[in-house]
Amino acid sequence: MKALIPVLIGLFAVTAQAATPNEILAGYRAEAAKLNPRYQPSAELGAHLFARGFGVSARMPACTSCHTEDPTRGGSHVVTGKAIQPLAPRANPERFSDPAKVEKWFRRNCGEVLGRPCSAAEKADFITFLMRER
Amino acid sequence: MGTPGRLANLLFLSLSLAGVAQADDLRLPAGAPAAFQNECGACHLAFPPRLLVAEDWRRVMAGLDRHYGDNAGLDAPTRRAIETYLVGNAGKPKKLGSSGTAASDEAPRLTATAWFKRKHHEVPQAYWRHAEVRGPSNCAACHKQAVAGSYREREIVMPDGHRWQD
Repeated sequence: MKALIPVLIGLFAVTAQAATPNEILAGYRAEAAKLNPRYQPSAELGAHLFARGFGVSARMPACTSCHTEDPTRGGSHVVTGKAIQPLAPRANPERFSDPAKVEKWFRRNCGEVLGRPCSAAEKADFITFLMRER
Repeated sequence: MGTPGRLANLLFLSLSLAGVAQADDLRLPAGAPAAFQNECGACHLAFPPRLLVAEDWRRVMAGLDRHYGDNAGLDAPTRRAIETYLVGNAGKPKKLGSSGTAASDEAPRLTATAWFKRKHHEVPQAYWRHAEVRGPSNCAACHKQAVAGSYREREIVMPDGHRWQD
């Protein structure tokens, strides 16, 4: 067992930073299934979430305010003008590869645009939609 | 007889050249925590610490939960690391001037210092409002090498595509 510890630590170190979109999706899906055992991620619901105007923030009423309506293309921050790389992992392989970063931006942007935290199901839907886009 | 004069001239010339280089060179000082780029630099240019005085940076970092209309809240260790870096490399009050907001609830803006205003007083208002610029804090809109910390006049391209001319 002792000999295994460094291997296990190594594994965790790798998984803590690098993950695939599928792995990150699986995490949110499992969390959503705890509340609703029949939950299935839906790209359609994710697309709706992405395009919907929430109207909570005047400057950022929707995800598309900064990310544009096409997640395979880059956008720009609606206030600062800073370039934003595409959200769809097929267009930008860096997306959904770091669970902590994904969670940070869901926390910030859901708070900003929806005025509340997103549910695990919404996050899983959102990622499912983005993984579909090419 | 001419030697001391020439020497003085040379000295003066090299001093003024150093002054010019300094104003154009806003590369980030060494020692930035990784979070400085990852957090601050995620939404806007990771601004050179020299563009605000220490007191203004402290006030920016004390109000991250309402950061120019956004919630940019950070965990305490990250916030402290970034604040230490900004304050330690902050601009000199005499040279820069403060943002002039210390007495109000307003957040300090690095575009409100006397130095910034003097440097940009020739820029027409229409450029600041241009759709691709969105405001004077978007350094990289015209300073094409701003990401690398270089603000030379010859690198400036205005939003209408024209090079800057005095």
